[in-house]
Amino acid sequence: MSALKKFLVGGGTAAALLVAAPAFAQAVSKEYTYLTFAVFGAIIAVTMFVTYLAAKRTKTAADFYAASSSISGLQNGWAIAGDYLSAASFLGIAGLISLYGYDGFMYSVGWLVAYITVLLVIAEPCRNIGKYTMGDILAFRNNPKVVKTFMAISTITVSTFYLTAQMVGGGVLVKTLIGIDYEVSVIAVGILMMAYVLFGGMIATTWVQIIKAVLLVTASILMVLLVWGQYGFSLPGYLGEVVKDPKVQAQVARLLGDPAKGMTPAELGQRFLEPGLLFKNPIDQISLGMALVLGTAGLPHILMRFFTVPTAQQARKSVIWAMAIIGGFYVLTLFLGTGAAMKVGADRIRAVDAGGNMAGPLLAQYLGGGADSLLGNLFLAFVAAVAFATIVAVVAGLVLAAASAMSHDIWVGVIKGDNATSEQEVRAARICSVIVGAMAITIGILAKGQNVAHLVALAFAVAASANLPVVLLTLYWKKCNTGGVVAGLVVGTLAAIALVLVSPNMTYPLQVKAAQEKIIKTQTDRIAKLESDIKGISTAIETAKAGNQPLAAGMDEAALAKAKADLAAAGKAKATAETAIANLGGATTSMVGLEKPLFELRNPGLISIPLGFLAVFLGSLFYRDRRAEEMWDELYVRSNTGIGRAAAAAH
Amino acid sequence: MANAPLNWAAIDADPRFKELHSKKTAFLWGLMVFSVIYYFLLPIGAAYFPELYKIKVWGPINVGLLFALSQFIVAWGIAWFYSRRASQFDAMADAIARDAQKIGGKR
Repeated sequence: MSALKKFLVGGGTAAALLVAAPAFAQAVSKEYTYLTFAVFGAIIAVTMFVTYLAAKRTKTAADFYAASSSISGLQNGWAIAGDYLSAASFLGIAGLISLYGYDGFMYSVGWLVAYITVLLVIAEPCRNIGKYTMGDILAFRNNPKVVKTFMAISTITVSTFYLTAQMVGGGVLVKTLIGIDYEVSVIAVGILMMAYVLFGGMIATTWVQIIKAVLLVTASILMVLLVWGQYGFSLPGYLGEVVKDPKVQAQVARLLGDPAKGMTPAELGQRFLEPGLLFKNPIDQISLGMALVLGTAGLPHILMRFFTVPTAQQARKSVIWAMAIIGGFYVLTLFLGTGAAMKVGADRIRAVDAGGNMAGPLLAQYLGGGADSLLGNLFLAFVAAVAFATIVAVVAGLVLAAASAMSHDIWVGVIKGDNATSEQEVRAARICSVIVGAMAITIGILAKGQNVAHLVALAFAVAASANLPVVLLTLYWKKCNTGGVVAGLVVGTLAAIALVLVSPNMTYPLQVKAAQEKIIKTQTDRIAKLESDIKGISTAIETAKAGNQPLAAGMDEAALAKAKADLAAAGKAKATAETAIANLGGATTSMVGLEKPLFELRNPGLISIPLGFLAVFLGSLFYRDRRAEEMWDELYVRSNTGIGRAAAAAH
Repeated sequence: MANAPLNWAAIDADPRFKELHSKKTAFLWGLMVFSVIYYFLLPIGAAYFPELYKIKVWGPINVGLLFALSQFIVAWGIAWFYSRRASQFDAMADAIARDAQKIGGKR
């Protein structure tokens, strides 16, 4: 999960870097900020109009949770893509490719392959068996109150982890892009998202996703046309220019360190297209791959999308469209990432955001004509506004999923025993949306500056270790029952959380201290060297002036200025490292009292997914439930034929 | 129709449903296993056979880049292949659904 960590940590350190590099205080320069606000305003106005239309159509519970199953396969495909292409994949992957080349591209593959699981084994049966939430699928042949309670808790857990990462990452991104305060941007995201969900329910959320996905894909296609078109759309021709670029070669040399010394520039450039610049631990990558491939199919906000289409055929069609859009987008990202590496350069990308998240927006600015041009800033403003819309839309989907679990599963299913009128249920769902929305804003503000990197990893890991095993086995294993579902949800969730708590994702003060002390030592040496250099140069200037050699004196003055600037930078770096140590406040152990990680994998999937499955098997075998087995025939026939569900949708 | 109690066991035992079930199971899980193996070959190959990935095939384009691009083609191919096959399953399922009352109507 180091990539995601880089994404979010990158966001976190951006604020620190802004101090070091005032020239890049924000991606959009001050005089053009109005452009960004104009584009933001236009997008917000369009989505608000859509929400207004949706609100008029949102009357029943079926409208609110599932858009009355009125969304077509194509529309739902775009909406799934909108839900999935969060800031992490939209900005993060382009950034990873721009900094690490091949490994960044390889990383994107798993995010698409994940949809094969959704397509083949999850989408259609879920459409035929479920109604509004994941809890409905499990309640079909298990004890409804028990499984709905546990599934709702798991849904809220997964959604909250994902939500927190989005809110914090989003707040930092908006701040980096246009320089508005972190708190203000978190509140703005929260209020907009609540407006969509509260008034327009699933109908508005779906259309916001569609609009955002279309904007995102349009912007990306336009950028790829501009960056690739210069080379006559020849793939080897284009990549040939990438590997010849001195900025790319310098970045590879920086990443490789000492081994790069014996390499020719051509070799360095070619190395950008070879694996190993980012990922060093294959086991961790396999673990991440497992979490993606199995976790995506267990994400509540993605599964919920299959209840918005009228038939299993449309559910299938929506996944196929989603795969075409998401996959196509990642292929475009290859060009965006390499294009940014060549046109903008890793140094400038890292100066604005260490994790590379600004690679795409900065490429847009370059392609439009550069940092000082109106068109360049308009293009940047457009991409920035799309990034903002992305965060709002993804958060809206997550809040709707969590609120539905709260109102439909817990309040209606468990507390009211399924006895609530449609009006009562919609009111409950709206109240829950406000609760979840307020919670999201509060957590977003409280988590300011926190390392939330592990939370996206954790959301996928819990979804893969708890949600997916119970849904899959409920649908495909006759002996699965309430005991297995409860065991699977509890063991899968706790195993994933526990393993992350003792993993390298957490902050270990002693390790931080050691790393920062190393920086302090290097910088102290550097400062000493620079000070003696300055002394030497000053003497040289004196001598040159005395010898009446103004040319030499001028050159020395320039060298002196440079040495002084370097000295200031070194002093600043040293001070930053000292602050980081001071911030630890003398702590020596991580959140759970460890000095170093107990478990070396960043992603727990490799261990927690098998544990989750095992728990469902054992729980089911120990519990034994006649009803669950008797209901199997009905579930299996229905999930395969859609009998019953088609009639319910038509009515 | 939705309210009429159906004898689900009878439908489950119906030869046409059995045929749908066995065809679909073999097809879906076969495809699933293939796609998972194909995907995990990418990171495993990158970690243990980097020299293979570095072989240049077409200008600067190497085996690794082609393999990564092929993942997209294979994923889309699976989606296309499945959607073609699924229309056969749909027809079989529709026939069973139409006759549901006949097969499992009496209880």
